[in-house]
Amino acid sequence: MSAFHFHSKSLLVSRRRLLQVAGTGAAVAATVGFPGRLLAADPLKVAAIYTVPVEQQWVARIHKAANIAKDRGDIEYVFSENTSNSDYERVMREYCEAGHKLILGEVFAVEDAARTVAQDYPDTAFLMGSSFKPDDAVPNFAVFDNYIQDASYLSGLIAGAMTETSNIGMVGGYPIPEVNRLMNAFMAGVREEAPDAKFQVAFIGSWFDPPKAKETAFAQIDAGADIMYAERFGVSDAAQERGVLAIGNVIDTQADYPETVVASALWHFEPTLDTAIAAVNDGSFKADDYGVYSFMKHGGCSLAPLGTFEGKVPEAVMAKVAERTAAIKDGTFTVEIDDSEPKPS
Amino acid sequence: MEAFDILLTASFWVAAIRIASPLIFATMGELICERVGVLNLGIEGIMMAGAFAGWVTVYAGGDLWTGVFVAALAGSAFGLLHGVLTGPFGLSQHVVGIGITLLATSLTYFTYRVVLPEVSSPPKIVPFQPLEIPLLSDIPVVGPALFNQTPLTYLAFVVVGLVAWVLYRTPLGLALRAAGENPAAVEAQGIGVAAIRIGAVMAGSALMAVGGAFLTMSAFNSFFFEMVNGRGWICIALVVFGSWRPGKALLGAILFAAFDAYQVRLQQLAGGVVPYQVFLMMPYVLSILALVLVARRASYPKALMIPYQRGER
Repeated sequence: MSAFHFHSKSLLVSRRRLLQVAGTGAAVAATVGFPGRLLAADPLKVAAIYTVPVEQQWVARIHKAANIAKDRGDIEYVFSENTSNSDYERVMREYCEAGHKLILGEVFAVEDAARTVAQDYPDTAFLMGSSFKPDDAVPNFAVFDNYIQDASYLSGLIAGAMTETSNIGMVGGYPIPEVNRLMNAFMAGVREEAPDAKFQVAFIGSWFDPPKAKETAFAQIDAGADIMYAERFGVSDAAQERGVLAIGNVIDTQADYPETVVASALWHFEPTLDTAIAAVNDGSFKADDYGVYSFMKHGGCSLAPLGTFEGKVPEAVMAKVAERTAAIKDGTFTVEIDDSEPKPS
Repeated sequence: MEAFDILLTASFWVAAIRIASPLIFATMGELICERVGVLNLGIEGIMMAGAFAGWVTVYAGGDLWTGVFVAALAGSAFGLLHGVLTGPFGLSQHVVGIGITLLATSLTYFTYRVVLPEVSSPPKIVPFQPLEIPLLSDIPVVGPALFNQTPLTYLAFVVVGLVAWVLYRTPLGLALRAAGENPAAVEAQGIGVAAIRIGAVMAGSALMAVGGAFLTMSAFNSFFFEMVNGRGWICIALVVFGSWRPGKALLGAILFAAFDAYQVRLQQLAGGVVPYQVFLMMPYVLSILALVLVARRASYPKALMIPYQRGER
């Protein structure tokens, strides 16, 4: 996901704006603070720190879950978006100082610094997107990630049944574990339905360059791909323009591409967040790996409804998807977690 | 030989020209600035501002050409700031340029968030569509590449011609070039160097902004933060590559874009044996090589990066 933003100028840009946002957030939280309300019914004070705008797919899912929890009255929620990695540690500290009890975020590029902050604020719980495992030496620092390989695999089955050229195009940002494992699970699904499938895999070296993603997708379509795995914005646009199909990832974009996006593997952050909120509230929060709460059996991921493609996907494969979904949920079928970089074939 | 066959496909050249288009606008913009002696490092931020301004105008209900105009206006506003700070105030062009990039980038994002406080995915507009030019587009390979593009791409080529014509065939062009070579001589002719420089930087910045707008209004249909993604910096290199000449700079932009379009296609042939980073790097490495070969003989504007103070010797 969106870790490595130091390739761009965002390092420098948002500092002032961020100071402002963080400062106001902290001030509001400190002064308002709901003084009259006490006891267990108090909403938990949650602050999130994102390195990208909340439009980014991965972060959008976290943001959505937090807003749902806020609307339910479980939490008070503030956030800083587009925080550069060089500012990340400082913003974490500001939220800790302001009295937030649960800090959400993504520390893919600031793993060590974030853990140092956690050690300095042992009474604050940290739930961070991370490539590393939890460490008991930092007991208040738990990790999560989008382990939605179950849904990606199912979307692969559909793609495998839908492809006519047996040529699948895949455009990703960077080959990091968060991206690779979904691509690999998808490819495993495709291969099950279309054993001779050929994969074109490309990475564009950026999280936010839809024109480049689109150009890359065009190139793959020119080379015969008839289904595009849309890891980045821009890919579905190319598919739409050329009249080929696309498989969505993390968010459901079918409404924008009704004739193009067949199925999407959705990530639901709610189980992860709700588990953490409950743990903080009852004092049982510890250095756990919350990754499993993105698994299908915990409701952390799902296949988006076929929507406009209802009836256009072969029934045989939909029956198989239903059967596998049940098997994944009851634990009789496991989708392999493979973090290695997918290669063209 | 498959790798070579790619170069003969029309779709490859179509992609190359499409990728080149925003670079052509911005390179011409930077070239104008540098020809009057001002290095404009605000380019990256100005492109971002243009990308946003154009897109948001259309999103708010304006038509596409109004969007292009608003983008140019936004660009020239930053150009005015740059020109005034580096001209009459005589501040360091490096510092001002980087400052403008930071300011434009942050201001753009701030405005974006004010306009669209609650969105889950950035809204889309209907962008420029390819406009096929009859007959000419039927020429094999070259036809679709040059004559089945969006109107903004055609405009990019028109701009190159216009810049070349103004620079080399008009009295204004003479004054512009002289301001970058020997500003005192311009002053001696009774022409204000500051006015010439500010005007040129405004015009150049407007072009940079239109280059940014190409990304959101032609190459794609919505705005993303950071989507300019270093294209501005490429254009600064392209100006050097082009020896500060519009025609050569155009060639450089197309060459770079062709490398980029080529690497994407080549990636798949290599079958994962070569790391993908090597391919992503290719256009940049080849550009550096080309730069080394070409730029040795380049003669840069003599007064480039030297602030001009009236009456000072």
